Order: sequence, then C-alpha cells, then structure tokens
Amino acid sequence: MSVPISWYLLLAAALFAIGTIGALTRRNGISIFLSIELMLNAANLTLVAYARQMDDRTGQLIVFFVMAVAAAEAAVGLALFIAVFRQRHTIDVNRMNLMRW
Amino acid sequence: MLELLWLIPILPLAGAAINGLLGRRMPKALVTAVGVGAPLASLVIALGCLWQYAQEYAPGGRTFEDVYYLWTAGPLQIPAAFMLDALSAVMLFVVTFVGFWIHVYSAGYMGHEEGYSRYFAYLNLFMSAMLLLVLGNNFLVMFVGWEGVGLCSYLLIGFYYDQPVPPAAGKKAFIVNRIGDFAFLLGLFALFAKFSTLTYTEIFPRIAAQPGLVTGEYVPGFSLAAFVALCFFVGAMGKSAQIPLYVWLPDAMAGPTPVSALIHAATMVTAGVYMVVRSNVIYQLAPGVSMFVAIIGATTAIFAASIALAQTDIKKVLAYSTVSQLGYMFLAAGLGAYSAALFHVMTHAFFKALLFLGSGSVIHAMGGEQDMRQMGGLKKHMPSTYWTYVIGALAISGVPLLSGFFSKDEILHAAASNHQWVLWAVGLITAGLTAFYMFRSVFLTFHGKFRGTHEQEHHLHESPPSMTVPLWILAVGAVFAGYVGVPKLLSMGRDLNRFHHWLEPVIAVPQGLEAGEHNLGAGMEWALVLITTAVALTGIFLSRSFYGGDNGLAKGRTWAQRFPFVHRLLENKYYVDEIYDALIVRPLAALSRFFWKVVDTFLIDGAVNAGAFLTELTGDVGRFSTTGNVRNYALYFFLGVILLFWWIAFA
Repeated sequence: MSVPISWYLLLAAALFAIGTIGALTRRNGISIFLSIELMLNAANLTLVAYARQMDDRTGQLIVFFVMAVAAAEAAVGLALFIAVFRQRHTIDVNRMNLMRW
Repeated sequence: MLELLWLIPILPLAGAAINGLLGRRMPKALVTAVGVGAPLASLVIALGCLWQYAQEYAPGGRTFEDVYYLWTAGPLQIPAAFMLDALSAVMLFVVTFVGFWIHVYSAGYMGHEEGYSRYFAYLNLFMSAMLLLVLGNNFLVMFVGWEGVGLCSYLLIGFYYDQPVPPAAGKKAFIVNRIGDFAFLLGLFALFAKFSTLTYTEIFPRIAAQPGLVTGEYVPGFSLAAFVALCFFVGAMGKSAQIPLYVWLPDAMAGPTPVSALIHAATMVTAGVYMVVRSNVIYQLAPGVSMFVAIIGATTAIFAASIALAQTDIKKVLAYSTVSQLGYMFLAAGLGAYSAALFHVMTHAFFKALLFLGSGSVIHAMGGEQDMRQMGGLKKHMPSTYWTYVIGALAISGVPLLSGFFSKDEILHAAASNHQWVLWAVGLITAGLTAFYMFRSVFLTFHGKFRGTHEQEHHLHESPPSMTVPLWILAVGAVFAGYVGVPKLLSMGRDLNRFHHWLEPVIAVPQGLEAGEHNLGAGMEWALVLITTAVALTGIFLSRSFYGGDNGLAKGRTWAQRFPFVHRLLENKYYVDEIYDALIVRPLAALSRFFWKVVDTFLIDGAVNAGAFLTELTGDVGRFSTTGNVRNYALYFFLGVILLFWWIAFA
C-alpha cells in the first residue's frame, strides 16, 4: 500500500508555510536561517515526491543540487553574521537598520 | 595675367590671415609689409588684368570668366567663378586703387595705435570681401562678399572695443544692414526659383531676350521683375545707407578715420549701387520700382545734406555728405542712367576718400579732436592737408573742370532729359547745400583763428608723408577722374564720353534715356549746366560770407540763433534715431523682455523645474519605504513572489 502523494505535498506545503512565517517573524538571525533551510527542505520533499510519482529520477537529482546550494548559502550567511556580530555585538535583525532613510 | 584674376581677392585674404593669426608676434615693419603689400599686389595684378582685358576683351564687348569650383547641392549649382567685364572692371579699379592708398595712409595714421596688426588684418579682410563682391559672376558670390564687408564693417567700426560707443555703433551697423540683407535674400530666392541659376550671364540674357518671363504678375501688384528689383533695392538701402536704413552710417564714424574713408565712403557703401547697376536689366522691366529708387535717392540726398549743415563733428559732416551723394547715385540709377550712377561712384570714391583722409590728418594733428568748433586757422599749419581738402571740397561741390562736376552734371542731365523736373530741382538744391556745408567745414577748420586749447595748438603739425602722399594722389584723381566722361555738350560735338561707351555692353540703354539724350536741345542743356554751376558757386560764396574770416564760428552762430527751431532740428538729425528708438527699439526690447521673463523663465524653465520638483517629491515620499529593517524587505520579497504566482497562474 503506497502513501498517496497528496500527503507528501501537504506536508511540504505545511513545512514551507512554517518556514516562511519563521523567516518573516523571527528576531534572531540564526533562527531566520533555520527557517530558510526549512523552506528549502520543503521544496526538496516536493521534488522527491513527484520524482517517485512520475518514476523519473531527475527530481532526485535536482534535490542534490538544492542541498549543495543550501549548504553554501548557509556558510556564506553565517560568515556574514559573524562579520556583523564583530561590529554590532548583536544578531538581532531589528538592530541592523543602517540603510534606513 | 587674367589667369591670375583669382589672386586679387585671395592675396588680401592671406594677408589678413597672417596678420590676424601671427601679427601680434611680428615686428611692426613686417605687419606693415604684409598689410600694405597684399593690397599692392592686388593692385598690380588688377592693373595687369585690366590692361589685358582692355586689349583683348573690351573691343569685342566680351567678358572674361573663369570658373574655379562648382558647388552642387541637389538642383543648386553655384560656381565659384570670377568675371571681368566692363562693369566689374571699373569697380575693380576703384577698389584696388583707392584701397591701396588708404592702406598706405593707415600705416601712418594707425602707427601709434594698439591693435595695429588687428587693424590691418580686418582691413585686408575687408578688401578681400569687397573684391569678391565685385568680381563674382553670380549673385551668390556677390552675396558672400556682401556679407563679408558687412562683417568687416562691424569689426572695424567697433575697433576701439574698450570704449562704450564703438561696439554699440558696430552692432547698429550690422543689425540695420541685416534688415537689408534679408530683403536681398528674398530677391535672390525669387530669382533662383524662376531661373534655377544665379549667374549673371545666364539670367540677364534670358530676361533680355524674353522679358515676358519676369513681367507677369508674381505677387499681387508686382511682377517678378518688380519684386526682385524692390527686394534688391531694400538690400541696397541697408548697405548704401538710403532712407530709412541710413542711420548706421553717421554712427559708423566711431571707427578709425581710414576705415570711414575706405568702407563708408569709397567702397562698401557703393556695393548697393553696383548691385543695382549690375541688375539693370531687371530694373528696366520694373519702371515703378525704378521711379521709387529715384525718389528715395533724391529724398535721401536732400535730407542728408540738410542735416550736414548743422553738424559740428567734421566726420559727421562727411558721413551725411556720403549718404547724400549715395542718394545722387540712386537717383541716377532709378532714372535709368546707370553709367552716370557708376561714374559718380568712381568720382565720389576719389574725392570722398580724399576728404575723409584729409579730416583724419586734421584729427591726427588735433590729437584726436573732431569738433570743428575747436579748430580754426589750420591752413598755415597743414598746407598739404589744406590744399588737398579744398580740392576735394571743390570736386564734391561740382565746380567745373573737376571730376564731381562731370558726374553730378550727368545725373542732373538725366533727370532733366526725362522731364523729371522735381527730381532735377531736388538734385540742384542739394548741390547748392553740398557746396555750402563742404565749404563751411573748410572755413571752420582751416580759416580764421585757432579756437582750441594751447596744448592742441602746440601739437599742430603737418602729417607725415605716409599720410600726405595718398592725399595728393587722391587729389589728382579727384581732379582728373572726370575726364573719362566728358559729355557731348562740352566736347564741342566730339563724342568723348568714353565712360559711357565703355559700359555699353553691360548696360542696356533704356528707351527713355536714349530718346532723352537729344530732346533738350543744346541751348537748354547749356542753360542747365550754367544753372548748376551757378548754384554750386553760390553755395561756396554764401558759405564764405557765413563762416569766412576770423570769426567764422561766431558769425555762423548768429544764424543758428536766428532760426533756433530749424537749427535744433538739423543738429539733432531730425530726431530720426530717437523716433526709431521709440517706435522700434523700445517695443522690440519690451517684446524681448516678455519672451525672456514669461515664456523662457516662467513657461519653459518652469516646465523643466516642475519635472525636477516632481522627482524630488516622489523621492521625499518614497524614501520611507527604505526602513533598513531586513524583515520588512523579506516581507516585500514574499509579497512579490505571491504576486508573481498569481500572475503566472491566473493572468
């Protein structure tokens, strides 16, 4: 008995929604990155689900790429945050508003 | 030698370039050598060309033409070509000969002036443009020269640019001239539209063979011939200072005196007469316009002569005299006596240049003073200047046996033969006035007791040879130049009017004059000559009784006191400048100010500024969206993504 694909898609959607809300709402920069990773993984899940359904392994291949990109992005983002922390001694994104009018 | 014709205008142009670009760093002797040498070379080549022309071309009535380049612009083909025919030969001689001697004079007169090289550059440039004007074989080359002399006139009038008056006078000359140029251009356009060419040898024979080409109605009330003739004449009004566009000439006296002699007496101002004589074929087919030309000429002659009676600046007297004599030339041209007009151009060039250079000699000796009321008794200090000036005054007054007599007489004869007795009378009265005011200037300047300051008196001296030699040369011309045109009457039946015959190939003899030549009868003609002579001599003697003797100025003043209104009217030149100022200059200035303040500043600049203001406003409002808050930006991302999805999915 196979799991209907809609379950996977629903799960991915839920994960994506949670990730989005987290990215928009959290104050802590690391938490925002966490949420972004969550969104990316939701996308991965969707890709794999469709790959299984259409019997086409291209979807799974794309997931590899996405994961690599996610890792690189996380590395860069964390480096950014370290640099900002050295200046501002905080990673509260609300406090990073030098570019205001 | 005729193959070198093109060098005649080019050499002064080269001289102008050298003196203009390098003159400041050249020693004065070199500047003089180039500045005087170029016109000398032109003169020599011109004489050679004239000799060759007289030998080879004139006897058959042929013209020499040489095309150097052909400009093409679509259907328009303009040859850069020179032509030597009887008419341009006369002008060539006058311009190069008088021009050269004035250059020599300038070397002496301007010797101690700043801007010596600039002066010679401009003067050479003028010679070049004037020669272009007279040598061109088509109207466009003439127009190039026409504009060129206008430019040089502006440059030379405003020569002393650091003083307040000369630049304004230069502007006035150029602007008033431009009004005439505009009309001239209209005439050229009309002519070109009809004939698709502007070359003399293509237009005039066609018109002469088929007058119907230009006599049909072109503009309501005017045939093409009349339209072109009128437009050309308005151009001549500007260039040759006729009513109403003469006002720039007296102001032009702000320039150095040799400039006044060359440009505003002998050559540039005669360009209008040359142009009318050149176009005589057209004028003969436009009798109404020709009469208009004659009337304006006569009116200008007497009008300007009356103003000259009350002027105290010696150069202004000569300036108004020039306007008046130019009026005579147009009177002749309007009556169809084109050779008489040109004859007067030639004699006038000699004696007017002589008079101006003489006045320059006086001004030089007086240390720059031009007011005759400060002069007096100069005859013993400056004999050469005095005698040559008297010769010039006698010539212009039309005293028999000098050149002016022959040319002026021919003009009055033309009026009489055509039974235009009013014009004849105007010419006669003007001749009397001319004699009177010229000798007034002689008596006030050279006779009586000196009225200036002591320092001026000590400074009085005869001018150096560089100035007196040209005076004597021009004096010889003023005396003898008339002998090429002795009328039949005085030559005891022998036809000695060489001048008239020389010009025959160029000037179609009008029906009126041909018939008129013989319709007065010898007795009547002698009477007219005697009347004219009597009027001239009366003018001279009347002037002596008014202004002669020791207290000339004081005696003359009493006359001014007896007729104060008339005197003030004449002295203030009939307030013409003031009238123009009120009727034309001020409204124009007000209109300009309106265009400036309202249209340019308020409307146009306002529109542009409004655009800038809106941009700024948008910025001021829009900047609030840059909160610097990253989470806001993330929100915008998210909203944008939703918008994109919605658009792709549903629109």
